[in-house]
Amino acid sequence: MSSRHLVKFNTKQPTTVNSLLTPLQTWTLLDTWIVVIGALAAMACALPGCFLLLRKQSLMGDAISHTSLLGVVGAFFVSHWLVEAKVISPTTELSVRHVAMCVGAIVVGVLSAWLTESLQKLGNVESSAALGVVFTSLFALGLLLIRAFADNVHIDLDCVLYGEIVTAPMETVGKSGVPRAVIVNGFVLLINLLLTILLFKELRLSAFDPALATTLGIPAQTMHYGLMGLTAMTLVAAFESVGSILVIAMLIIPPATAYLLTDRLPRMIGLSLLIGAISAALGHVSALTLPPLISRSIGIADVQDASSAGMMAAAAGFLFVLAMLLGPRYGLAVRVWHRLLLKLRIASEDVLGQLYRMEETAPRVIADADSSDVRQRTSWHRYITTHSWKSRIATWLLMRRGWLTGSHSDARLTDIGREAARTLVRSHRLWESFLAKHFLLGEGRFHESAEQVEHFLDPELLAELDHDLDRPGVDPHGRAIPK
Amino acid sequence: MSASALLADDSLWELFSRAISLRDYNTRVVLAGTTMLGISGGLVGAFLILRKRALAADVVSHAALPGIALAFLLAERFSPGSGRSTGVLLLGAFVTGLLGMAMTLAIRSWTRIKDDAALAVVLGLFFGVGTALFTVVQKTKTGNVAGLRDFVFGKTASLVAADVWLIGGISVAVIVLCGGVFKELSLLCFDEEFAAARGYRTTMLDGLLTLMAVTVTLIGLQSVGLLLVVALLLIPPTAARFWTNDLKIMSILAAVIGGVSCAGGVVLSSSFPRLAAGAVIVLTGSVLFLVSLVFGKERGLFPRWRSQRQFEQRIGRSDLLRACYELLEPILGSDETTPESLTIYEIDALVLSVTRQWPRGRFHGLIATAVRDGLLVLSSKDGYHLTLRGAEEARDAVRRHRLWEIYLLTQTDLDPRLVDRGADGIEHVLDPDQLAELERRLGGESPHGVPPSPHPIGASGT
Repeated sequence: MSSRHLVKFNTKQPTTVNSLLTPLQTWTLLDTWIVVIGALAAMACALPGCFLLLRKQSLMGDAISHTSLLGVVGAFFVSHWLVEAKVISPTTELSVRHVAMCVGAIVVGVLSAWLTESLQKLGNVESSAALGVVFTSLFALGLLLIRAFADNVHIDLDCVLYGEIVTAPMETVGKSGVPRAVIVNGFVLLINLLLTILLFKELRLSAFDPALATTLGIPAQTMHYGLMGLTAMTLVAAFESVGSILVIAMLIIPPATAYLLTDRLPRMIGLSLLIGAISAALGHVSALTLPPLISRSIGIADVQDASSAGMMAAAAGFLFVLAMLLGPRYGLAVRVWHRLLLKLRIASEDVLGQLYRMEETAPRVIADADSSDVRQRTSWHRYITTHSWKSRIATWLLMRRGWLTGSHSDARLTDIGREAARTLVRSHRLWESFLAKHFLLGEGRFHESAEQVEHFLDPELLAELDHDLDRPGVDPHGRAIPK
Repeated sequence: MSASALLADDSLWELFSRAISLRDYNTRVVLAGTTMLGISGGLVGAFLILRKRALAADVVSHAALPGIALAFLLAERFSPGSGRSTGVLLLGAFVTGLLGMAMTLAIRSWTRIKDDAALAVVLGLFFGVGTALFTVVQKTKTGNVAGLRDFVFGKTASLVAADVWLIGGISVAVIVLCGGVFKELSLLCFDEEFAAARGYRTTMLDGLLTLMAVTVTLIGLQSVGLLLVVALLLIPPTAARFWTNDLKIMSILAAVIGGVSCAGGVVLSSSFPRLAAGAVIVLTGSVLFLVSLVFGKERGLFPRWRSQRQFEQRIGRSDLLRACYELLEPILGSDETTPESLTIYEIDALVLSVTRQWPRGRFHGLIATAVRDGLLVLSSKDGYHLTLRGAEEARDAVRRHRLWEIYLLTQTDLDPRLVDRGADGIEHVLDPDQLAELERRLGGESPHGVPPSPHPIGASGT
């Protein structure tokens, strides 16, 4: 089935591109606001996320995002009770509830961090198990309360979990037309940014070296619970507008991506902010464009779009995978490429050494030129057919570089090639002599070690070896060491 | 609205009794199947937490979400109407669940991002993709998500018998398998290198354990919901850990706790239909966890607190008796301190209390305990006599203290002024064999007698 559709796509490419872009032609101010809200929430989350990641507490965010449900439920109860008790009027209930939700989430967030830590200390429970026990229990309690008293409070569970980022822009503040979610998330981002800048030194030190931080008088406990409270506040502010799923993803994925790209903390924080914002934009665009494509390709009735929050999280994950594969320093591709280059260098040097030794054993005596020629050709043939593809690629590369001449089945060293080969064989035999002088090894072992070390000896080291061995003429096997 | 209002419901007692007496076929099946699930969860979880990998189950359950949605979409595409079959959905969940685990492993071994962050990244990514796919499902014509949503929040009570047979069957298979490779798994958890040296294929065993964990997680999705299923594998073994240090007992106990919390959750939630079954199951487990945390025999808080207290009491008692002896010694002369002669003189409580500067409350507590235990008797308003038993114990305490002091003085370069304090800590933990050895080494001046103090008593208590 997939191949059939692949063919269809290939033949009708222009239409595919068109259908990809069609949804974007209806881009409105609403879409812009969605991206702005998503980006603000993602950036607000990324700031505490960087420090959680460095403190090896990444799962704390996930845990707090679950447990804060309990705080949210508690806030509903409190505000409802206040209305019942006629302390506040129903009209002000909404704003009271927002404040109460924030406070409740912070309290429960710090509480779950504290419970986890005391379980770990008092009960000798391993940290991740303690975290798991606490967050599942508190979340289950929250769920239970919602279900048991659902008549009185209208909490849409789906809304808490998935958020309604699509409708978030509709609720605006006054006549300005600016969505409330923008203000809330922007405010939280501002607070996080200010705190990060003001406490940068303390945060950095306690993340990298808690022991040193404590000796320098930075209160580790306060920093820990402060960070937890800040995380909880950020999460709950973002919850309403973008849902917990986006929050869980944005807390750790952008910082982790940034961590793959740089070694410097300020740069990591900057990058994670950028990545969070890009993910939001990318996520919303792909939420509009991808689903119609997918749904059509698997032949199900037309689907216009997917959850933007989900796609933003997916986009962040996509960027992470990109960084993991293509990152400039720690990317897998770079590391594989470097390893390949090293393997090829070693293979080329082995080829050079092999040819040099063949010339040695079959010296071109003029009288017997033909037979020595034949002998060398056959032994080269044997070498190149018994060795791996790496040697073949290496031979080809060496010919292009002009270090070898002849054909693939009958390769010969050029003068430059012979010079390089001589250095290599010299390294090999000097190292063998060095081993023979200083180590009591069986004769067979010299060769194995030299076969590896020969590729990594630099000129200074060679000179040093030569000096140490009093400029030897022959190696332990009795073969001449080339000058 | 409160619990009492809930109970006022007429049909409630009826529901509860039906659930308890297992009158419904469906309740019986659900109870049996879910209990099996709890048992297998506890059993597999016991090994998982020993390998410090308990939270991996959380990642698996979140990673299952896109698989469920994809399986639904694909199944609907090929044969409309089959999308809600539990088998198909679980298969999809299995594929992406394993994919999530594989990605965690890849991130952990190929990048510089370590354990917890790798879990968090994979969790966020898969859950995001899953959420997006779910909204796609929701918007297809056939995709009424209600059936799929049960996977997120769990819906034990409304499980149909066919699903439960599947869940129960797989659970039993996991339990049997776990029992079959019990020895190998225990070795893997405690000493991986040793297991490898003994010729066990540790990688395969590890893979098997992971596979079992993934399986239990996925079959638990429908009952408990993906947000809480990790609790099935996490809470029972963590609770069992408080009771024992023996892996065999621990895993059996974990299985029992898992089974009980699942059974309890099913019974409770089928009698109170408003309670979410998954949450009730988890909370039942949490209650058992709390009980274990407090009362667990091996690591529980209460037993540990009690043994700590008992030890402190023993120390206080022997300190008190030693103080009595040291008050009487100058009166009697150090050669005349036989148990009988020690009982003759009265000890003034005020004098006694200042010898070691006990806090007032502590001192009165010590005296009261000693009187209750028959070591001291009240003879006048503020005067006490040692009983014969008290006198013998006092001699023992002093002997232990002085032997160690003499040992420290003769065998170490310790400053003589520190000797008394050094002995204070050690005297309480010397056992009879060590005492005999000490006496032998010190030349056995006074076997079973009390040696004279190597320093003036006035210096004691500093």
